[in-house]
Amino acid sequence: MNLEPTLAHYLLVSAALFALGLLGLITRRNAVQALMGVELMLNSANLNLVAFSRFGTGGIDGQVFGTFVIVVAAAEVAVALALVLALYRMRRTPNLDAATTLRG
Amino acid sequence: MTASAVVFWVLTLIVLASAAVVVLSRSLINSAFALLATFSGVAGFYVLLGADFLAAVQFLVYVGGILILLVFGVMLTHRIQDLDLRAEARQLVPGLFVAAGVFILLAAVATRTPWAIGAGRLPSATTAEIGRAFLGKYLLPFEAASILLLVALIGAALIVRKREDA
Amino acid sequence: MPPTLSSADFLTSWSAVLLYFVAAVGFVAGGLIFWWVIRPSRITAEKLTTYECGEEPIGGAWVQFNVRFYVFALVFLVFDVEAVFLLPWAVVFRELGAIAFLEGLFFIAVLAIGLAYVWRKGDLAWVRLDDRVSP
Repeated sequence: MNLEPTLAHYLLVSAALFALGLLGLITRRNAVQALMGVELMLNSANLNLVAFSRFGTGGIDGQVFGTFVIVVAAAEVAVALALVLALYRMRRTPNLDAATTLRG
Repeated sequence: MTASAVVFWVLTLIVLASAAVVVLSRSLINSAFALLATFSGVAGFYVLLGADFLAAVQFLVYVGGILILLVFGVMLTHRIQDLDLRAEARQLVPGLFVAAGVFILLAAVATRTPWAIGAGRLPSATTAEIGRAFLGKYLLPFEAASILLLVALIGAALIVRKREDA
Repeated sequence: MPPTLSSADFLTSWSAVLLYFVAAVGFVAGGLIFWWVIRPSRITAEKLTTYECGEEPIGGAWVQFNVRFYVFALVFLVFDVEAVFLLPWAVVFRELGAIAFLEGLFFIAVLAIGLAYVWRKGDLAWVRLDDRVSP
């Protein structure tokens, strides 16, 4: 078995990280912990971009995309946590199940 | 096995183990601290892949910024008597099946696709090169990022503010 | 232009950072484990109270924080990200000329609007005017 890391190794690590993040997102009731799952998924996507930048033919572009992904993640987490705080103020709980106003 | 291969496998262990703690821990604070290890491990991967600037960004923004904001989110949404900071999980078994399915799918794609692997970009200092990309080829996304941050700042401040008029 | 490192030297130069990390984590973990092994364990209710410089603590440490902290964290995060973008700009604007310099200034100006907004709306004031009028 070849232990030297190649593109496939990084992609597999990233796939595992994505699956763990997805698990957190769909099973957690607490909104902040669900957001942590989203952050794991974003990190795994970024790892893919950088791995392709290293082994692929795109040059530095993957890393530039990675920087933009981090910025979008920062904006996302800022707005998402503000929504969690608004939910908490209205329902006195950080649980996502409480957001049922639009349920038919 | 070279030193970089050893580092790769140690980082893999750290990242996946701490990500599992983030997802499965019943305590929100434990999740937040495990997330610190995950983010740091991913920064280590970036260094190994020759992305030194992105590794620094990962530390500055994820560890120094986003994680702080998440911890604030924990502290701001729990009452004084709510001492244990417990977080419940729902439908863990179906969730495990879905996550395992997604992992198998992604792993199959990752290993079976004939990726266009070229000479690659060997690790070297990247900051100046990224600066040239920001100010040349990616100027519009660079300026759009500042607008995005402005919108996020104003929007989040507006949502959080106590509204007397609404 | 600084001399560019070869790929092998790049990773070798980062091994110092790795060493720093291992030493930092090892120092803390080593200390905790060492004292955990050698210290006696005689716990009383008195010893388990939060240390507050000799004062009797009032309430627990897990109080709910004031929501106004969030706006400060928000402003911090936004300018944290701005710093990240300005770093590569600062490295190269000299070689790219005046236009590149102005592009960076535009970036800063847009975010200054955001800071001016939260400042003008009173989100940065700890005691707001309307709080003092009607508590």
